[in-house]
Amino acid sequence: MTAEAAIDAKVPDLAREMALARRRQYLHFFRRLFVHRSFLIGFGLLSIIVVLAVLANLIAPYDPDANDYTSFLAAPSAAHLLGTDEFGRDVLSRIIFGTRVSLRIGLAVVITTGVLGTIIGTLAGYVRWVDGFVMRAMDGLMAFPGVLLAIALAAALGPSEMNAIIALTVTFTPRTARVVRASVLVTKRMLYVEAAIAAGAGHARVIVRYILANALSPLIVQLTFVFAVSILAEAILSFLGVGPPPPQPSLGNIIAGGRNYVQEAPWVAFFPGIAIACSVLGLNLMGDGLRDTIDPRLRKVQDAR
Amino acid sequence: MFGFIVRRLLSAIPVLIVVSLVTFLIIWIVPGDVTAEIAGPDATPAQLARLRQDLGLDRPLVDRALIWYGHLLHGDLGQSYLLNRSVADAVIERLPVTLSLVALGLLLSVGMGMLLGILAAVRHNSWVDQAATTVALLGLSLPDFWFGLVLILFFAVELHWLPTGGFVPLTEDPVGWLRAMTLPSLTLAFTQMGVLARMTRSSMLDVLGHDFIRTARAKGMPGWNVIFKHALLNAMIPIVTVIGILTGVLLGGAVVVETVFSLPGVGRLIIGAIQRRDYPIIQGGLLITASTFVFVNIAVDIVYGWLDPRVRDDR
Repeated sequence: MTAEAAIDAKVPDLAREMALARRRQYLHFFRRLFVHRSFLIGFGLLSIIVVLAVLANLIAPYDPDANDYTSFLAAPSAAHLLGTDEFGRDVLSRIIFGTRVSLRIGLAVVITTGVLGTIIGTLAGYVRWVDGFVMRAMDGLMAFPGVLLAIALAAALGPSEMNAIIALTVTFTPRTARVVRASVLVTKRMLYVEAAIAAGAGHARVIVRYILANALSPLIVQLTFVFAVSILAEAILSFLGVGPPPPQPSLGNIIAGGRNYVQEAPWVAFFPGIAIACSVLGLNLMGDGLRDTIDPRLRKVQDAR
Repeated sequence: MFGFIVRRLLSAIPVLIVVSLVTFLIIWIVPGDVTAEIAGPDATPAQLARLRQDLGLDRPLVDRALIWYGHLLHGDLGQSYLLNRSVADAVIERLPVTLSLVALGLLLSVGMGMLLGILAAVRHNSWVDQAATTVALLGLSLPDFWFGLVLILFFAVELHWLPTGGFVPLTEDPVGWLRAMTLPSLTLAFTQMGVLARMTRSSMLDVLGHDFIRTARAKGMPGWNVIFKHALLNAMIPIVTVIGILTGVLLGGAVVVETVFSLPGVGRLIIGAIQRRDYPIIQGGLLITASTFVFVNIAVDIVYGWLDPRVRDDR
């Protein structure tokens, strides 16, 4: 057997070993993730909420828009577990369907923010002449405090679910782009990227295979938090009347409606807030767990988010 | 130090340009005819055309942008459609309410946040740490407007300790002012202190691991003295950064909280303008709050440079 043949025979072994090593790494990651207490609690909380939202049609005791003309603003009872609102609608059923809207908007914002943030962040981090220009624009968008920009955008575009998603995406993309850019800037200088370029890999291949692969962990952690703040922000938009309009229930607009009767029927405004808090807390706990497991060093950077 | 301050001020220019451009474009993304919305359903086509001309909406976008910037450079934010007065006056008149709410909220959230963070770090991995981190995260997970409503229900409706809302000027009745501002600033502080508490905790944990802390303890310095004099001072730099970010978050939160507590601040002005489609007020309110935030951040950076001379040369 010649030396070359010996090497050739070794190559498939090496590839298999690397695949095995990678699988062991993933297994190790999930094993650590699912013993992380915050992650587990968050995962449990969110799972319950997701199941409620997905199976809303089966679980909700009433049609969320149906009026019970025998009970307006009725206190929680056996017939209406969380009471009824000013139109005699079942609060529990409205919360369950409202959660569905909140999660749907949150998920849509996560996807659009993730895609846009990745594109913008990668361009800024990889192409030098784009960087200054794009990041100044991102800084400008981030200069609007809190969700003020989202409120103004949603108000200008008009109240609808789609417009809420657009407004929140514009608000949360800059931070996400920054996270991606920071990671790209570090990875770009790694020796293995240089090696890939030297070996003749094109820009597209270098970006996708070598650079973005490394930005994935901080991106996932960031998007978990984007999901959480989107739910909070959507509630604010709906509460102020620039979110998805009634009669479609959203957690924010149920509270907005209940606010007018908060003294006589506090349950209408109270319980949707608990649903928001549980979803957001669940996501925040999961985000913390993911961050600790993926890379504890991220904690310092993202605590200042 | 002087050069550093000048550099920081200059770096605000591109940010302010983007901010003003975005605010200008807000009116452009409004679908349909803005004039029809302002004038109401009874307006005749001739009235609409006149209104459009008065508002300058019949001109091309670039012209309008140039006019907008021209006015802006003279400090003119335009006229409110409905209030019949200049936007700058309307916004600036309400700024003190918002700023005092933010200041009180900042005071409370910095106090509570740093206390929680320090407690958590000093009693690391104990039940105190658990409790403090849980409270911090819980605050971050509550919708601020809802928490405000809950506070109203409990402290105003049930216990009658504090008013349900409304505003009393500080100059007329300081006690009444404080009573009116307590629940709103508490709402802001509790829902926003979490970030600061977490930052204080991790920064303190970092510092507490250093040798000089052990030395201070070893030479017999009392425990809390070590924590405040040696550890906290060294942990301050990341904390100061978060305080800058916090100010912005509180400004944004104030918009919503003012609505819940019926405080006559910039936030409520903007929300009212949204309902009445008074776009110049929305734009002016947005521009002034964003600029305030930009300058607060510059102030924080300058404090930062003063605390840590290395920062001055770095940028």
